[in-house]
This record gives sequence, structure tokens and C-alpha cells, in this order.
Amino acid sequence: MTFQIVLNMIIALIWMFLSESYTLITFLFGYIIGILLLTLLHRFLPGKFYIKPVYKIIVLCLIFIRELILSNLEIVKFVYRKKNNFEPGIFALPIEVKKDWEITLLANLITLTPGTLTVAVSEDNTKLFIHAMHIDDIEDSINDIKNTFEKAIMEVTK
Amino acid sequence: MLISIIMNLIIILLLLFGTFFIFSSALGIIRFPGVFTRLHAATKAPTLGIISILLAAFLFLYGSHELVSGKLLLAILFIFLSSPVGGHMLSRAAHKSGVKPYLRHREDEYEEYLSSKQEQLNK
Repeated sequence: MTFQIVLNMIIALIWMFLSESYTLITFLFGYIIGILLLTLLHRFLPGKFYIKPVYKIIVLCLIFIRELILSNLEIVKFVYRKKNNFEPGIFALPIEVKKDWEITLLANLITLTPGTLTVAVSEDNTKLFIHAMHIDDIEDSINDIKNTFEKAIMEVTK
Repeated sequence: MLISIIMNLIIILLLLFGTFFIFSSALGIIRFPGVFTRLHAATKAPTLGIISILLAAFLFLYGSHELVSGKLLLAILFIFLSSPVGGHMLSRAAHKSGVKPYLRHREDEYEEYLSSKQEQLNK
């Protein structure tokens, strides 16, 4: 994987020397050409193609931005509602991700989407305790988070 | 000419959007009951608000001064990184210092977990 990135950099540098303009834009253009070349040739190189995880990370970011905007609108609705008829509560979310940084990422993503706030992580790293602004159904909220964020994170690390 | 008009329109919309979110989160801090629900309003809606205002500033600098301001992009990144951690730490500290969350019908599962841990320790 590192080898492929280095190769891509080298292709970009060679492109810079070939076109004899040493600017960022030429470098980026060369990098794109390198990506195209690697898409054709990556099966002859050792390791997995490194663009795939990058693509998954971009998908994760897009999911996150969509959730951020949608649920911000949700909380704004709560602010301007006449009567506060929401049902706050703290529920436990069993998590499947194991590594420390994955748990950190998941907790941060959950905290940034309004409606949910990570309060604590259990000592054996198997549960997150989440304070939710409005719970209709605990099962529903758990499935929501599991299907969007945790799945996307697991795709990245797989 | 048309491009600059569209650019200005986008900047104005982003600024309005950002101020609206910051304003409503300030309102939320006053209106919501309890520490945890207030934290919801305080830590998250402003993130989107600040980000859209910074984006507007970025677009303005790029459009009218042809300046790519890396500082603004970095500021967006660091707000993304630091604001959830802040919210998490505040809520944990509130729970640790014994603030009871405002609950209507739901249970506090973290409290149950902590008390079950305590019982295991006492055994």
C-alpha cells in the first residue's frame, strides 16, 4: 500500500519534470494521471489498491455531512416548538468495533450529530452510553447508528 | 459578472444559515431543561453554524481577493475535531459529579451500569 502511494508520487514528479512546470496544479494533474495508471496496473503490484479505502473514507465523510445537516434541522425544530414534548434518556449501544481509534471516531461522529451525545464508554470497551434528545424507540435509534456510522467505519478498516 | 453575483449570493446564504444556527442554539440553551439536553444545543448546532460562516469567509477571500486561505480550512478541521470531544468531556464530567439527567419516562442505563459495577466491587 505504501509502495503504491510512493509510486503514485513518483509518477506525479515525473509528470512535473516532463511538462517542465513546477507548480502544485501540475503535481495534482500528474497525481491524477498516476491514479489512472494505477487503476489499470494495480493487479500487478503487491498489496491492495490504496484508492479503495480512500474512496470508503470519502463515502464516510459524505454520510457524516448529510447526517450533520439533517439532524441539525431536527434540533432546530425542537428549539422553536412551543411545547417541549421530547423524551430524553441515556441508552447503551453495544458496539462491534474493537480498536481504540475506531471507538474514538464512532463516539465523535455520534456526538457531532445532534440528537445524540456520547456520555461514556464502558470499561470493557463493548458499550457506548449515549444521551439522546428524543427516543421514540431505543431499538430504532440503535439500528440507525449501527447501519450508518458503524457500518461505514467498518468498511474503512476492513 | 454573473459569476460574482452567484458567488455573493452563496456567501450571503451561508452567512444567514450560520447565524441562524448559532442563534437557535443560543435559544436552545435557554429553553431546554437539564444539563444534557442543553449540551445538545450548545455543542452541536454551533459547529454547523461556525463552519458555514468560515466557509463563507473562505469563499469571500477567494472570490474578491483571489486568496486561498488555508487557515480557514484548518480552523474548520480543528472545530470538527475539538467540539465533539468538548461535548463528551462536559457530559461525562456532569454525570460524574452527580448531576441527574432530566428524564421523563426513560431510564438512565449508564447509572444502572455504574451501580452494577459498584455492586460487583462490593462483593
